[in-house]
Amino acid sequence: MGAQKKRAAAAAAAARVSEDPDDLARQPLQAILLADSFTTKFRPITLERPKVLLPLLNVPMINYTLAWLEAAGVAEVFVFCCAHSKQVIDYLENSEWFSQPNFTVKTIESHNIISAGDALRLIYEQNVIHGDFVLISGDTVSNMSLTQALQEHKERKKKDNNAVMTMIIKKSKPSPITRQSRLGTDELFMAIDPNTKQLLYYEDKADHSKGTICLDKMLLAENPSISLHNDKQDCYIDICSPEVLSLFTDNFDYQHLRRHFVKGLLLDDIMGYKIFTHEIHSSYVARIDNYRSYDIVSKDIIQRWTYPYVPDVKFCGNRATKLERRGMYRASEIEQSRSAQVGSFTVIGYGTKIGSNSKISDSVIGEGCTIGSNVLIEGSYIWDNVIIEDGCELRHVIVCDGVIMKAGAVLKPGVVLSFKVVIGERFVVPAYSKVSLLQQPTVHDSDEELEYADNSSGTVEFSSIQGTADQSNGEMTSESSEAHKPKLGTGGVGYIWSICEGGQEEEWRHSVAPIPEDKLAELSEAMDDDQELVTQDRTALSTSGELISDSNASEGDDNEDSKDDSVYFEKEVEATFLRAVEENVKVDHVILEVNSLRLSYNMTSADCAGAVFYSMMKLAVKTPHSSARIAYMLAVGLLSLYPSPFSMVASNAYPIYLSGELQQNTANIITTWQKLLKSYLLEIDEEIEIILKFEEMCLESAKEFSPLFARILHILYDKDILQEDAILRWADEKEGADESDKVFVRQSEKFIQWLREASEEED
Amino acid sequence: MPDIQALVSDLASKLRKRRVQGSYETARLTAELLRAVILQHKEPTTNGAASLIEAVRRVGEQLIAANPVELAVGNIVRHVLHIIREEDLSPLTDIVGELKLSAEDDVEDIAEDENSQKSSATTDGCLLKPPLLLAVFEHLPDSATACQTFSSENIFAGKADKSAKKLKSELIKAVNELIEDINTCREGIAEQAMELIHQNEVILTLGHSMFVKEFLCAAKEKKRSFEVFIADGAPKFEGHILAKELDKKGLKAIVITDSAVFAMISRVNMVIVGVHAVMANGGVIAPVGLHVLALAAKKHDVPFVVVASTHELCSLYPHNLEVLLNEMRCPSELLNFEEFSDCIDYRIASSSSLLHVVNPAFDYVPPELISLFVTDIGGYSPSYIYRLIADYYSSEDLPPQQKPAS
Repeated sequence: MGAQKKRAAAAAAAARVSEDPDDLARQPLQAILLADSFTTKFRPITLERPKVLLPLLNVPMINYTLAWLEAAGVAEVFVFCCAHSKQVIDYLENSEWFSQPNFTVKTIESHNIISAGDALRLIYEQNVIHGDFVLISGDTVSNMSLTQALQEHKERKKKDNNAVMTMIIKKSKPSPITRQSRLGTDELFMAIDPNTKQLLYYEDKADHSKGTICLDKMLLAENPSISLHNDKQDCYIDICSPEVLSLFTDNFDYQHLRRHFVKGLLLDDIMGYKIFTHEIHSSYVARIDNYRSYDIVSKDIIQRWTYPYVPDVKFCGNRATKLERRGMYRASEIEQSRSAQVGSFTVIGYGTKIGSNSKISDSVIGEGCTIGSNVLIEGSYIWDNVIIEDGCELRHVIVCDGVIMKAGAVLKPGVVLSFKVVIGERFVVPAYSKVSLLQQPTVHDSDEELEYADNSSGTVEFSSIQGTADQSNGEMTSESSEAHKPKLGTGGVGYIWSICEGGQEEEWRHSVAPIPEDKLAELSEAMDDDQELVTQDRTALSTSGELISDSNASEGDDNEDSKDDSVYFEKEVEATFLRAVEENVKVDHVILEVNSLRLSYNMTSADCAGAVFYSMMKLAVKTPHSSARIAYMLAVGLLSLYPSPFSMVASNAYPIYLSGELQQNTANIITTWQKLLKSYLLEIDEEIEIILKFEEMCLESAKEFSPLFARILHILYDKDILQEDAILRWADEKEGADESDKVFVRQSEKFIQWLREASEEED
Repeated sequence: MPDIQALVSDLASKLRKRRVQGSYETARLTAELLRAVILQHKEPTTNGAASLIEAVRRVGEQLIAANPVELAVGNIVRHVLHIIREEDLSPLTDIVGELKLSAEDDVEDIAEDENSQKSSATTDGCLLKPPLLLAVFEHLPDSATACQTFSSENIFAGKADKSAKKLKSELIKAVNELIEDINTCREGIAEQAMELIHQNEVILTLGHSMFVKEFLCAAKEKKRSFEVFIADGAPKFEGHILAKELDKKGLKAIVITDSAVFAMISRVNMVIVGVHAVMANGGVIAPVGLHVLALAAKKHDVPFVVVASTHELCSLYPHNLEVLLNEMRCPSELLNFEEFSDCIDYRIASSSSLLHVVNPAFDYVPPELISLFVTDIGGYSPSYIYRLIADYYSSEDLPPQQKPAS
């Protein structure tokens, strides 16, 4: 009896002990909400209003995040404001968030912060975070339950003090064609231990043009099993232990949450900190990172995936909106002409007027807008107090507050009109343009926002060195090339921004407009080529006979055949050339071999010149990790189940090309093999062929070269491979070409001009 | 007063955020809140009842606007208003009785002046129809001419002041009774189980309803033996919860899918279901799937019994139900977002995805399909519901307080 009692007492004591840490853990959950994304993706809109206050279905975004945090059981939120901090604070003060029971919102303000890392360091200094906290940015829409993830995080933390962070992930298959998720973010690669769910590798900026990613071989050696995913989406909701803040303080160079902090922890073994993942199913999480995700998330909300955060539920003091048949959300006091057609899945805000015969579908219209008659609005986002006069057409655009569109104006897909812009009568705004009252700031002098270590930054910096010749690089029409003059039709007010980051080529990826079909067709074609390339690589020295069984070849079309032939010929030449490099074959022998190939494929010497040049440039790109080729072959075999043409390369680091290094490589290779190249350059036509080939490469297969085009042209000229006549004739030929074709002519404008002057002097 | 305001906005925000759901829970919370409103209401010297009615109505409007779909809120608010009017009336009729002796002609004049449409009523008629009389009194202070002609105003005011305190305590008592009724309605309903469920019968129900559970358990406790078919009630599958609960009570339960109800209905003796709200015409708003079940029951002439408490009685008529009184819930209850994210993709040129998921919470079952209502105050046929509503709510409150902007 006594023993029994004792056991009961011990059990009770044990229970008390086990309760104690629970009590500690039960301290109110805190959250840090970053009300600044520290990027420039929503420019020009974000120059005038912070991103978190941009309306998402007529409700400022930050409300979705705060409402979710409150529902998820967070007791205290620190809103970190940086850009336009006054606007954010004013908004919050006037909202009901400051007067919620059991939910406190505090703001932290700072103006000289340029990254998430700095923000966290500042919060650490203020010493306000006492326990585990949720790290989230103010542009996240979610309805997930945090309970399970929190539980898991705490249990892991109890067992292993180094488990500092739990990252929420979600399944999301990227499109095989565009290599981006449905939210418009880049394909993300993660290696996760399937048993412990520990995150081992994180790469969101893989280089798609090469079709490879690199894993540290130690990763394979140390872990009994890893699963490599490309179908997960990073939700940017992290449950962190307080150590995370001190880590940011210790490593004062951490800026970006993912690129520096996560990758830093994964690479650095010394501290031994670990990051884990928690995958959620069925509930909704999405972060609005770019215009495309703005579009997609809006549509998801209209489809009610984010319930209860939908327009007809007043989750944050938003205006009463009714859900009617066919998914139409309508606020009160709407004046709509009888002949106006409002289609399904639209949201129409309070006090908006719609004129006769106007058609609206799949769109969101804000409050107090006036829409004239015969207006067509399709898939667009129109914010508050916009005036659209008769006969305008809007397809897949974003129109901010107070914009006036005069009669007959047309917005092409992907256009973004910032605050209070006026578009003149019958003016057609070209696709993907961004129009603002403010002038475009020159590259990288950004005042409040700064993009960190973007993959395109190399290009951008380069273009700033190149100066004016390069400025107009990505322009679409000759009209917008004079960007600094307001040209928006009669009575128009505003500036059309030129597109600088990534160029026009990338613009469609992140736009509100859906991806045009021709672009998709183009990409899938390119992908087929890539696939061939991989097959070719795998069977590096196989004969072409094997490959002809491809679907294309079986059609037996003449054109198709010759195109295929030239592709195979190029591959063969490349293989020959690479072997020659590896085995130190003499130049003369290589010439012989290439000649025999030329005869067997019935090619001209211009083709040979092109192919040889192509192989040389490829070699230049590959040089830094060519030593890892054998491991690469193995890896390709291992990952044959992997659903994309990507494969791993086991090497110690991801090769990052500095433009200088690449230029040096190219110069070396050209010097070594100039004899081979010259032997095919019998006439001027062949030289032009080389330039054209190079141009094509820069646009497609080897984009690394594009910033270096002019320099390499110069090298080729110096080495007497290209004569000035060839270059000038190429420039003349391009004179009449499309604007997009002239990119490289413009880049090398100075050089060409110099050549011209030199030749005139000689004359 | 700020205290009350905090309580009101707290409940309103809970309703808005869908944290409080289900008619029982909402009814109870609303009644408790209104009790606090009445308790803390500061009486003005004259006309205490009217200002109280105004206060309750104002709170009621806020709560109804918070979640118009949760009809129990409006029901309780209207019922409390009705109680106030009733309680207000009982002392007042006495006063009026006295007044009648002194100023009988005046009252008649006023009645004729002010309510021309009601002028046909005689003095005796006034006394027999209390609501009409009340209307007369409410209008009295507003009308200057009436005050002039009203010779015994002072006597009235003094009496009213004295009665105000009495009124309040009576009211609190009445609202407490209401809360008590809400809390015990399940037992009230369950008492009638023995009369309806017979030995060796087969009962069919759909989804999970507290009332149905108590009803079945009550019959079981009285040693009736019977079988229950439970349609699982997609998409929430609350039928599974009911199955577990009945299993604990030792009841034989068989779970079937919603789509199997028609196949099973011929073996069933009675369908018993719980509902979301009972409309004024005797139709019901019920969890989705019940309309199909009701039609199946009609086809096979199986009695379709609805168990409902009086706080689910709603004074509205079902117009444009799908739009006004339905809730479209989250599509992820039906299917997994990740699996279908390929289909729900708006990136590709056509821009709008072809796949849409619609998840309505409620069905409307018309009165023709319902055999019997079992409420905590007895069994009624659908055609009698309008009469119950007249008993429970005052006609003044019946048109729902529409906001000017609608």
